[in-house]
Amino acid sequence: MVNYYVRRTARVFATIFMVASLTFGLIRLLPGGPYTLLRTRLLRQGVPAAEVDARIANLQNIRPDAPIWEQYIDYMIALAQGNLGMSISLNEPVVSILAKSAPWTVFVVLVSTILVFVIGIFLGSLQAYWEGSRFDQVFSGISISLMSVPFYVVAVLALYIFAYQLNWFPTAGTVGRGIEPQLSVAFVLSALEHGVLPIFSYTLGAIGGQALAMRGNSIQVLGNDYVQVARLRGLSDRRIATRYVARNAILPMYTGFLLLLGFRLGGTVILEQIFSYTGLGYYLISALNTNDYPLMMGTFLVITVALVLGVYVADLTYSKIDPRISAGGSDEAY
Amino acid sequence: MKPTETEGVDWRSESTAAPELTTRERLRETYDEQIRTPLFVAWADWRTRFGFLILGGYLLMALVAVFGLWREPSTSQAPRYLMAFENMQYPLGTTASGTDLAALIIHSTPEILLMITAGAVWATAVAVVIGTVAGYKGGRVDNALMSFSDLVMAIPGLPLVIILAVTFSPENPILLGIVINISYWAGLGRSLRSQVLTIRENDYVEASRTMGVSTPKIILKDIIPNLMPYVTVNFVFAARYVMFASVGLYFLGVLPYSTQNWGVTLNFAYSGGALFSWDAAHWLLAPMVAIMGLSLGLILLGQGLDRVFNPRVRTRMTGKSESTVDEDDAGITEVL
Repeated sequence: MVNYYVRRTARVFATIFMVASLTFGLIRLLPGGPYTLLRTRLLRQGVPAAEVDARIANLQNIRPDAPIWEQYIDYMIALAQGNLGMSISLNEPVVSILAKSAPWTVFVVLVSTILVFVIGIFLGSLQAYWEGSRFDQVFSGISISLMSVPFYVVAVLALYIFAYQLNWFPTAGTVGRGIEPQLSVAFVLSALEHGVLPIFSYTLGAIGGQALAMRGNSIQVLGNDYVQVARLRGLSDRRIATRYVARNAILPMYTGFLLLLGFRLGGTVILEQIFSYTGLGYYLISALNTNDYPLMMGTFLVITVALVLGVYVADLTYSKIDPRISAGGSDEAY
Repeated sequence: MKPTETEGVDWRSESTAAPELTTRERLRETYDEQIRTPLFVAWADWRTRFGFLILGGYLLMALVAVFGLWREPSTSQAPRYLMAFENMQYPLGTTASGTDLAALIIHSTPEILLMITAGAVWATAVAVVIGTVAGYKGGRVDNALMSFSDLVMAIPGLPLVIILAVTFSPENPILLGIVINISYWAGLGRSLRSQVLTIRENDYVEASRTMGVSTPKIILKDIIPNLMPYVTVNFVFAARYVMFASVGLYFLGVLPYSTQNWGVTLNFAYSGGALFSWDAAHWLLAPMVAIMGLSLGLILLGQGLDRVFNPRVRTRMTGKSESTVDEDDAGITEVL
């Protein structure tokens, strides 16, 4: 068992290492090389040529004249120390931008994914319980239609109707102007007000898929012998529904939940752009548009690390919840 | 198809037995069993029927565009801000720059269909190869392949695609579809592997192995046919993902605007001031309806095919019950 945890933890570090290397490689693949643009810009600003290289080195902890393996080692060491370089467009350390923006992304993704999960499970189990009824048919239809609506369509429509036309909600930003980021009633209320539309549009479309998955799982569980036996033993409906059916139907969805969380972290790239919500995804795109490579790779790296950790937690806790998943498969090799 | 039945037939035809059947009769039998019956069952389900009809409609639109039966979109070809159905010359209305919306929608269709097909083929093909080889071979091969797909799964899809798109700026729709689904196969490959793990314990696989049939042949003849239902359903979902992602990325302005796309139209509407007035609502709605229609068609087809292949439903015609398609994977692969 210990062996499994050690292996799993080692894989987290291996993955992060690989992705960090990938970002290093990708920077070098970017059109025109990463620093030609920056160099010409600095030269045009009248910075003396001798100083340009030093400035660039300062930005990404890279000496442009060093051989590539040396650059790589420098880059990785800086990363390990939590130094992601300087943002070119915002003239700020990348780490401080990420620290400011990450909480907003986590807030939106976490709240909306929990909502998706809870509402989906609730609807799906009701549908399974009344399988074939009018309720089941109507909500299956609604679920299928919801699945065919991408969240950005909901987002644009919500922005159009509730923010621009009806003026119920703000059209952009994470908090109102002039509100200090501290724990006060005004701040929390403003944050909630700005978060409603992004969370709503990120939740609505995803409910359908979860509800259908839960419905399928529950129907499968309901057909099992042990549910029949539980009925014969005269257990109460409530006990059967919660202890026997819900538990077994939710179990396979649990790994799905944390994976979903990670996937949706990536989707915020589009969501935050629509609402001008200054989270990680917003900065990824703005870095892209301004050729700000340090910031771009920093946001990419942080999103990846969050996803890796999410899946890691899912795997570890899953083996706690489901005793059947033990120390990994030991199948015969052919 | 019930796995045991098809396998029985395949195995026999391999051993050059059954000489009383002529090739023609055998072809006919295969046709009946593999094509006619499933199609019949598929058509009986309203979901597949609607799915096929909707997809047929989009195919028709693509043909209209390819053969130039509808005017090309260009600016100032019509009065500005015509509402939908106001002037039947321009049934969907026009944009702020006087471009025919119907032309924009129609001329986007061929590239989108090409893109989603390419992406779905790529994703399912890689997933099938990785999943079956890992599941069947087991041991070190399995470990290596699964570690690799875990690694791929750990990279968030959309940001990776964005960075790749900026780096390589692919303009060919086929290439673009592949880039968008570059890591989609990982999750699918994993669930295919777990199915192969149970399939490989079947008697007929064991029999083939003891007879000394080569591994590629076993995988091709004994394993993959059992996976086809699951693969077909996921093919449709992979196609839907490409469509959602590509329109989203075009909407963001990340992909090069080399071709028409509903996302480009949506972007122009979003940034061109359509948000500020009710008069331009049709400009936003037209691409949205096009997106949702296509994805609804794909989902209905996927759901219907699931029922066609899912023995729990097919049994109403034959009698036995056995499940091949895991429903719990449904929530994992759908992202957008």
